[in-house]
Amino acid sequence: MRASPWLWLPVALAAGAVLLPLLHLLVRAVEGGEAWGTPGYLPLLARTLLLAAAVLAADVLLALPLAWLVVRTALPGRGWLAVLLVLPLALPGYALAYGLLAATGPAGVLAEVFGWAPPRPSGFVGAWIALVAYTYPYLFLNLKAALGALDPRLEEAAGSLGHGPAARFFRIVLPALKPALFGGGAIVVLHVLADFGVVSLMRYETFSYAIYLQYAALYDQERAAALALWLLGLALLVLTLEGRWLSPNRPGRTGPPAPLAPLGRLGPLAFLAVAAVPLFALALPLLPAGYWAAKLAAGWVVADLPRALGQSLSVALPAALLSVAAATPLAVLSTRHPGALAGLATRLAYLGYASPPLAFGLGYVYLSLSYLPQLYQTLPLLILVYAVHFLAEALGPLRARMLALPPRLEEAARGLGAGRLEVFLRIRWPLIRPGLLAGGLIVFLGAMKELPLAFLLAPLGFESLALAAFDYTEEANYPYAAPFVLLLALVGLGSAALIPQLEKRR
Amino acid sequence: MSLLEVRELTKRYGRRTAVEDLSFALDAGEILALLGPSGSGKTTTLRLIAGFERPDDGWLRLSGRLLGSPERSLPPERRGIGYVFQEYVLFPHLNVYENVAFGLRRMAARERRERTRLVLEQVGLTAFARRYPHELSGGQQQRVALARALAPEPPLVLLDEPFSSLDAALREGTRREVLGLLRRRGVGTLLVTHDQEEALAAADRIAVLREGRIEQIGSPEEVYHRPRTAFVAHFLGSTNLLSGTARGRVADTPLGPVELDRAAEGRVLLSLRPEHLELGAEGAPVVVEARSFKGHDVTLQVRGPAGSFRVQADYRLPFRPGDAARLRARERAVVLVSPAERR
Repeated sequence: MRASPWLWLPVALAAGAVLLPLLHLLVRAVEGGEAWGTPGYLPLLARTLLLAAAVLAADVLLALPLAWLVVRTALPGRGWLAVLLVLPLALPGYALAYGLLAATGPAGVLAEVFGWAPPRPSGFVGAWIALVAYTYPYLFLNLKAALGALDPRLEEAAGSLGHGPAARFFRIVLPALKPALFGGGAIVVLHVLADFGVVSLMRYETFSYAIYLQYAALYDQERAAALALWLLGLALLVLTLEGRWLSPNRPGRTGPPAPLAPLGRLGPLAFLAVAAVPLFALALPLLPAGYWAAKLAAGWVVADLPRALGQSLSVALPAALLSVAAATPLAVLSTRHPGALAGLATRLAYLGYASPPLAFGLGYVYLSLSYLPQLYQTLPLLILVYAVHFLAEALGPLRARMLALPPRLEEAARGLGAGRLEVFLRIRWPLIRPGLLAGGLIVFLGAMKELPLAFLLAPLGFESLALAAFDYTEEANYPYAAPFVLLLALVGLGSAALIPQLEKRR
Repeated sequence: MSLLEVRELTKRYGRRTAVEDLSFALDAGEILALLGPSGSGKTTTLRLIAGFERPDDGWLRLSGRLLGSPERSLPPERRGIGYVFQEYVLFPHLNVYENVAFGLRRMAARERRERTRLVLEQVGLTAFARRYPHELSGGQQQRVALARALAPEPPLVLLDEPFSSLDAALREGTRREVLGLLRRRGVGTLLVTHDQEEALAAADRIAVLREGRIEQIGSPEEVYHRPRTAFVAHFLGSTNLLSGTARGRVADTPLGPVELDRAAEGRVLLSLRPEHLELGAEGAPVVVEARSFKGHDVTLQVRGPAGSFRVQADYRLPFRPGDAARLRARERAVVLVSPAERR
């Protein structure tokens, strides 16, 4: 059965919406040729790579022992520790940066409460701590899955061939974890490249921060485009390398899982050490923001909060609807009519998601200024850009639903005398509805927290929760930023609690 | 001195006893089959010997050296015992050559290369050295697993149902080849299987396991012809059980007087294999209930006042369902140990 043009048309539009701004960015940067000659790229590149490498290294050193403790040892409370360990990934990065800044320094929360004023971490160290605190769960999740899928008999076989614990780790376990390390590592590096809030608040000059400076203060379009292209190029390089290094699928574990190593008297100690990691990351934004928000509860900020919430909702809700509407035909196409073109469209959707938002957003800035200036910095454009950027997130649960819905089921219904419409209403719709809901919710919550795209494309006078949190923190006005940060952190944690429930539901 | 000596080995998981009071010995070049239904403790026994598990009681020695006891358990990497897993468990990130060379890392590079090549040649996989496990057929994977275990030249090899995932056409040939190779090399072999035919055909001795205990151990002929218990008689081939009253070497049974394999007194439980019964002109009256033609012979199900019996008959016998006949024993019946005596 051939795919109808009603499927192709929206898919082609979505694919174009990803590709056009990126291509336009390329053209723009090439045109502004002289901008490439200006010095200063190499230090930016070096700092960007240094930050990515440092975050990745810390993430591996944290996630590997954490995953091993949770999967392979009789760690007390390992079930819910595994959940707790993942939660920080729901926090917006700038909220963690806020926490670090608001807690420290002479006027920080720590100084107010305990009279202890540790120096304010800024620059590299501050960015590094904040990024590690919310990216380590990506590696942890990957490594935990890979360790759980590793057949313990492989290690036994190596043992019977004369390999002790260290040799088994390096020759069996580590090679088996390689795909998980590369996959998780690529996600972490992409997050570091995509980050805007943390490096801007910490004033650590990476590509993102330089673009921010160019755009916000200096307004040199050519140079900003060239910087954005660098950033995009790095992200594409990571994606390509990840694809190349990932080895073909290996058979998973068929037998029972590995027995849990006893921890003995070290058990409670290990429990505390493991729990400390996510608790630190969660406390980072929640405690300082909670402290200031409670203190200022009666202030004028409260009046400002509903307005910002309303503005966030006015973008996030339509973006979620549009994203799901565009993802549905793409999910149907890629699962029911798979082929080169459907594959390309799916890959473009993921490209739009993996592209650093500053680069993606700048592409749209220039595109609209060149062809449709009346659209520049309007709500509809921001909604469109959100919908396209988050398309891949809406696509995930929908594709999973479609794949779980065998074509045979629809054929069986047809064989029982149901027409196309009836098949859709009685079979496909009820079965994919949870996927639509989950996808929409993921996009909605993502758009609520999103910062760089809003920063570039928001209409004048538009102050969403994320922008308000960022602006007040930028001005070192931590008490005023507190309610916004707190609300956004709770939105993130809420999504982390809600989405798995929705995706699981049958 | 035996190659492997196992004494009163016991392993418990929580309240469940997987292996209880297991004792046996194995000589170099000997093949001992551990036979039993699933859950009888066969694999646990192998894992205790390999060192993947620590015994709760008892001990085991290899060439006189103590390998494992509750107090002291040598880790598997220091035992030097070859292990072939049921699903082969080849290292997926290493090719055939690297898999086979895996256990040879303490050797000099040249020696390692030569040994690996030699072993690959012995199992006929030289041409596949650069392939990865997922590019091999089941039979080839099986041979890689064997080559990998044999390359370090262990004195003892443990085989955990190594032939069960091969299809029937491949199984017998592979089994003959593999066990032939092990025997020629003088390697002691423990073969875990739940396939009675495999155990009877391939092993020098069979240990029948039930619920973690050895029910009987002996040569295939001994175990088949003189099963100690009803469980062994049933598990190895099929049998007819009948009770009788013994007076020395003869017992009164529903089939009439039957000669016994050993002297006994009082109530006894007897085992008579289908091929140890015959239909003819003498004996207890029976009626043929069912007939199943097996190609080389015919099995008849008969019933009479004496009970229901399975008889193996000559293919020339003309009996059909509904025919009347007479049944008698043509061999001595085996006196079984009663469950009470078993422990």
